[in-house]
Amino acid sequence: MSDDHVYMSLAEGHDDGDARWAFGTGFEDPLHGISTAVPDAVDRGELAATCLELADDALVTAQRLAEWTTRAPELEEEVALANIGLDFLGQARLLYARCGQVDGSQRGEDAYAYFRDADDFRSVRLAELPNGDFAFSMARLLVFAAWRLAHFEQLATHADPVLAAIAAKGVKEMTYHRQYAAEWVVRLGDGTDKSHRRMQAGLDQVTAHLGELFAAHDARTAVLAVLRQVTEAAGLTLPDVPPTPVGHGREGDHTAHLAPLLAELQSVARAHPEATW
Amino acid sequence: MTAQQADSSAAHDAPPALQEHFEATIARDQRIEPRDWMPEGYRKTLIRQVAQHAHSEIIGMQPEGEWITRAPSLRRKAILFAKVQDEAGHGLYLYSAAETLGADRADLTERLIEGRQKYSSIFNYPTLSFADVGVIGWFVDGAAICNQVPLCRSSYGPYARAMVRICKEESFHQRQGYELLMTMMRGTDAQREMVQDAVNRWWWPSLMMFGPPDDASPNSRQSMAWKIKRHSNDELRQRFVDMTVPQAEKLGVTLPDPDLTWNEERGHHDFGTPDWDELMRVIKGDGPCNSQRIQRRRTAHEEGAWVREAAVAHAAKQAARAEKGTAA
Amino acid sequence: MTPDTHGWPLYEVFVRGKRGLNHVHVGSLHAADDTMALTHARDLYTRRNEGVSIWVVRSEHIAASTRDEKDPFFAPSADKVYRHPTFYDIPDDVPHI
Repeated sequence: MSDDHVYMSLAEGHDDGDARWAFGTGFEDPLHGISTAVPDAVDRGELAATCLELADDALVTAQRLAEWTTRAPELEEEVALANIGLDFLGQARLLYARCGQVDGSQRGEDAYAYFRDADDFRSVRLAELPNGDFAFSMARLLVFAAWRLAHFEQLATHADPVLAAIAAKGVKEMTYHRQYAAEWVVRLGDGTDKSHRRMQAGLDQVTAHLGELFAAHDARTAVLAVLRQVTEAAGLTLPDVPPTPVGHGREGDHTAHLAPLLAELQSVARAHPEATW
Repeated sequence: MTAQQADSSAAHDAPPALQEHFEATIARDQRIEPRDWMPEGYRKTLIRQVAQHAHSEIIGMQPEGEWITRAPSLRRKAILFAKVQDEAGHGLYLYSAAETLGADRADLTERLIEGRQKYSSIFNYPTLSFADVGVIGWFVDGAAICNQVPLCRSSYGPYARAMVRICKEESFHQRQGYELLMTMMRGTDAQREMVQDAVNRWWWPSLMMFGPPDDASPNSRQSMAWKIKRHSNDELRQRFVDMTVPQAEKLGVTLPDPDLTWNEERGHHDFGTPDWDELMRVIKGDGPCNSQRIQRRRTAHEEGAWVREAAVAHAAKQAARAEKGTAA
Repeated sequence: MTPDTHGWPLYEVFVRGKRGLNHVHVGSLHAADDTMALTHARDLYTRRNEGVSIWVVRSEHIAASTRDEKDPFFAPSADKVYRHPTFYDIPDDVPHI
């Protein structure tokens, strides 16, 4: 390209490569070398449904995390929240792609993300709730990551090699997200009076949704163990889990918050349905 | 008298030997490092320049950041999300460099949100369509590269090192922006119109990114003598135009300047004069989005205060508990 | 001291990019405590690449030597990484960009 002279000067005097900058380079394709053929023993309908549910959860979560951009409480948290959002977005893309291979539609990731309505989304209600304050967002991330981690740990041995590989990658990511959120829940719970109050309120709101999560995937033991440990360290009170779910996002039964979230997410794509991006 | 005052008044009476040593280091093209003696003017100029640069990265997250939630494909969403994240990272590298000069980030942030320190005028223009994301990558990151590549050889070590890292990432951003535009130009008529419209809106503000013309840029000469800056505003602007014209041809868009022609004699493109009055208005706070940009940053900072305070309070409690544990 | 005007303390970050290399100073960041500093360092300076090793240390805990205590070309304020470890008064000025 004609701007090569600019890039040449960029390379000048830095021929010791990237090593001196210590930047990560180990980002590999998690599906490298894995066959996309669906094993005979796997029920395609069930596999597609699982991929879709997990993908919708991830996409909606990524969208909420993206909303924090330029609004985080400190610049370092901008970077952290974006990392987490990008992990969820990456999971959504892999899972939608797998869904399209398995459900017979051969749809691409964007068909699922941009051209389905709220009723067709299978994400849990907890994911679509507005961000609230940083305490609520951290409480939600903690619960969501702990729950999803438990699910991924199980799926890492799934008979479908693609889903198993996506889950294995997700286990590493969710472990980090859970850690990040847990640290913040402890800091806010054990911080000032104000942060303690807000953290308790955030936790109360989030735990009200645990019933829905456990109905979708029963990781009650793992999630409650994490919550007990974190709330104890944070000096917070873990509320009782309501016996019945507040709703069933998995059945397309959403709060009023999902439709506007999707309207924004899909606005440009739907305004130009013939376009390529 | 505070330590800082003592230090800076000492600097005024610095022995000539220190000044000579500093100038000899610059003349040999060696780097000045944080603990070296340096003239106060050098330090102040650098803090101002690095802080403005850091502020620009952080405010620069906003115009594109508004499109992350609306990006029309998941691939573009991921690219844009990562790019805006990189800008936060760049801001942090630069604040880090400013802090080696004795500046305090919390103080610099206060100055930004009180409007006492500036950031690049380009980020005071609105992003009206998704094509703006591509054009910002192409023009604004392209202009930033022209500006910043020479800064990798800036005389101040921490600044130069931060710039190397930043330039590597900016070059990705520019290519991503251009690639988005190429894809859009191969798409529908509406997409091609969006691209041309964005080019029309961003071209002149991008030329203004290099600052006023050399004869109206009083600070530049000293900065160049100190090798904080390595090329004049007009040189860099010319380089950007020469670099961009063939890219525009290849893309199939028209740059909105009737005076833009190749000058065989000079071996450069001639081009029209940006509206310098507009630049001064935008710098002085009267651009289309100045107040909105600062307000967003202020709100994030103020609404985040309770979180930052809680973290400090928790750290103090932890430290006290650890001490108690050791004592017992 | 109000925490907010002073913000979180400054940490220096050292990263070993891969086995066989030394930890190298890569920059600084702000964090309320060591745990947070490590998390931030991982996010900011390694983009969470697994397998790299990170050290963080409060900037104020680093002692720095001058080559020769009598060498006038180095700052006399001997023991800090930066000559001005705290707030430095910057003039408010109209910029050229």
